[in-house]
This record gives sequence, C-alpha cells and structure tokens, in this order.
Amino acid sequence: MTAPDGRGFAQDLERLEQIVRRLESEELDLDDALRLFEEGVERLRAARERLSAAELRVRQVLGTQAGKLQLGDVDR
Amino acid sequence: MGPSLDLFAALSPEGAWSVAELTRRARSIVEAGLPAVWVKGEISGFKAYGSGHWYFTLRDKAAQLRCVMWSKDNQRLPAAPGDGLQVYAFGTPTVWEERGEFRLTVRQLLSTEAGGLWQVAFEKAKAALLRDGLLDPARKRAVPPFPRRIAVVTSADGAAFRDILAVIEQRWPGVDLLLVPTRVQGEGADREVCSALALLSRIPKLDVAIVGRGGGAKEDLWTFNSERVARAVAAVPVPVISAVGHETDVTLCDLVADLRAPTPSAAAAAATPDRTELLGALDRLAGALSRALAAPTRHAGERLERVGDRLSSVMLRSMERFGARVAAGAAHLDALSPLRVLERGYAVARSPDGKVLRRVAQFTAGSAFRLRVTDGEIPARVSDA
Repeated sequence: MTAPDGRGFAQDLERLEQIVRRLESEELDLDDALRLFEEGVERLRAARERLSAAELRVRQVLGTQAGKLQLGDVDR
Repeated sequence: MGPSLDLFAALSPEGAWSVAELTRRARSIVEAGLPAVWVKGEISGFKAYGSGHWYFTLRDKAAQLRCVMWSKDNQRLPAAPGDGLQVYAFGTPTVWEERGEFRLTVRQLLSTEAGGLWQVAFEKAKAALLRDGLLDPARKRAVPPFPRRIAVVTSADGAAFRDILAVIEQRWPGVDLLLVPTRVQGEGADREVCSALALLSRIPKLDVAIVGRGGGAKEDLWTFNSERVARAVAAVPVPVISAVGHETDVTLCDLVADLRAPTPSAAAAAATPDRTELLGALDRLAGALSRALAAPTRHAGERLERVGDRLSSVMLRSMERFGARVAAGAAHLDALSPLRVLERGYAVARSPDGKVLRRVAQFTAGSAFRLRVTDGEIPARVSDA
C-alpha cells in the first residue's frame, strides 16, 4: 500500500492551477506552452492516482513504551 | 428512647441525663419526625476538607442551618458552590451529637440559577481559560486541507469513532487514522482524556486531531467541560477539532479547540477533503488546461499563417524574377543556335561519320562528305583537282 501523500497532492494541485494561469495569461511560445501542458497532464495523472489508489489505514495507539508509540489493530 | 431514659426521673437533679443521652434523644426525635426534604437558602461559610467532605451554612434572612455534604455525594457535582450562591439542598435533618448541632446532611445540591451548578462551574472554568488567553480567536489554527495522518481521541467502542471512521472512509480514504482510546465519561474520565491528549504530541507527522464523543446526558458530557481537559486540548501541538455530544451542547473543550464541530461525523468531514469533489475539481482543471493550451496554439497558428503568407509572396516574387531570367536566357540561347546561323546562309560540312570538317586538309580528293544547310543535308564529293 502506498502511503497517502497529502502534501504531494497539495503541490500537484497548486502547480496545476499555476500552469493553467500561465497558459491563460502569458504569451508563451508554443514550445513552452506544450512543455507546460505536458507537465500539467502529468500532474493531473499523478493527482488522480493519489486520490484513487489510497486505502484507509486504521490503527489504535495503545500507549508508549521507551518513548515509542505502541500501535495495534482496530476491530472494524 | 432506651429503657434507661426516664423522662420523669430527669425532672429532678438526681435523675439528670447525660449530655450524650439528651443529644442522642434529640437526634432520634429529629430523624424520626422530619423526613428528607428540599430546603432553599444561600450558601455561606463554605469549607471543603481534605477528606473531600463539604461543610457550609444555609441561611435566609431569619435563620441559619448547618450543613454537611459527604464526598461520596458531592463528587458527582461539577464544582463546589461558592459563598452567596442560592441553592436548593435535598437532605435529611439530624443532630450532630458531638457538637449538639442541628444539621442537614445534604445528598443533592442544585443552584437556583439557570443551568444550576453545572453552569456555575462552567462559567468559573471559562473565566479562568479566558484569563489565560486560551479562548483567544487568534490562537485558532487552520485545519490542513489534505491531511495524511489523523488522530481521534474518543472511546474505542462508542458510536463516535464508528461515525468518524465511516465518514473518513467515504471522503478521504487515503489517510492514516489513529485511534487514541480513552474513557469519555465517569469517574476519572477527565484524567484519561488528558493523558490521551498528551499522547498526541508523541505521534510523528500528525496533521490534525479530533476529540469528542457522541451525545449523552449533561453529566456524561461533563468530562469535556473540565478545565483540565480544556487545557490539555489547548496544549495539543496540531490543530484540534472538537465534537462533543449534539449540536446544542457547547463545552469548554469546544471553546478551546481550533474548530468546533456539532457532531463526530461533522468533525470527520471538517478534517478531510471530499475525494469525489476533488476528482471533479481535477476534471475542471483538465478542461481548463486544454482550453488554456488552445490560446498559445492559436497564437502560434496565427503566426505560422502570417509566416506562410509572407513565404508564399516571397516565393512568388522570386519565381517571377526567376521566370524573367529564364526567358532572357532562352532568347540568348536561341540567338546562339547553329540552326539560326545556318538560316543566315552558312553551311556545315561533315564527314560521313558526322565529324565537322573545318580545314582544307580534311577534304581529300574524291572523298564524300555531307553539307548541312538550313533546310536539310546535301551529299557531296570533293572534285579531283
């Protein structure tokens, strides 16, 4: 299971919005525009993957021992 | 009224009762003659002893009544009543023999103010929290938009955790959910909740915490009105969403938390983004991306078109120039054509194998040659000289 990556998702989302803004507002040459577009498509793919691949992980904190958290399963 | 007590004998000094005998008799009469009753009055001279027992006086304009409330009875109350508080006390009248004191043994105590003693205790603790700046709106931290690890401080077997789990599973399943189990009601629950809250600072990479419980009686929610719990909430190093009971109950824990949710389910929703919504947002971004690319593409297309136009006009002009040169060259070539020379009356002599005969020496006597004039060839022979 891949670790859920919220910060990565936030970054992807932010970059995507930035890309769209740049594409919309700036007079880019086609090369730069295409490069940005391709990056946008890649970020979209990564963001969608992060959303769909994730699976809920539930554990309970039983306490601490020698400064380390003791974790256990939760009956569901 | 033991057999040793002779009322008639006590009418003379010889038959005097002991102090203990009289007070015991008075106690018996009071306890037999007065049932447990509700009494209304104002608290004064309140004193709580190390044993946990409370001693105070109830009074009104005309009289005073000494009261005791044992710790086993007063520990159910949220706070000690202060002097001057108007209360209803329920208890049994008795006589405390050691002091010869008429006294009420109080079992229940209610403030006459709205909300009762709970409200009194609540306001007192709230004032203390306010004084320490823990209710300052500037203290409130924003809940992170895309959490990766969420801790929930609540009972392991309560409805609250099940509700939270269901909501998070549906909205934002890509998360690490950690339950920090604790009792949430009953004697000592406040200390347990505090320990659970303290544990949160030991969890690495924690993004947000939810603390709370499902609805219950006012007394059951009281753990979350404990000043100690409120201070423990304030000490949690990550944003805390509080959800205690139902919508109507606002607890001290709610006031100190970074965000107050009306129910545990609402807390779970506040802690997480909605995956479905985000997928929709991504679809919209994908659309915006394509549309945004259309602009530079169109721009480049227009430029290409302009360049194309210029290219073709340049080509056309150069083609025209080239055409003129070709025509001039052709005329030049035409002028040099041997046929044109022949036209002017010259002739070319050639040997039978086609070699041009330019010199006299090439013409030997009697040899055959061909003479090319403008309109054909003539067979010829060198005459014998």
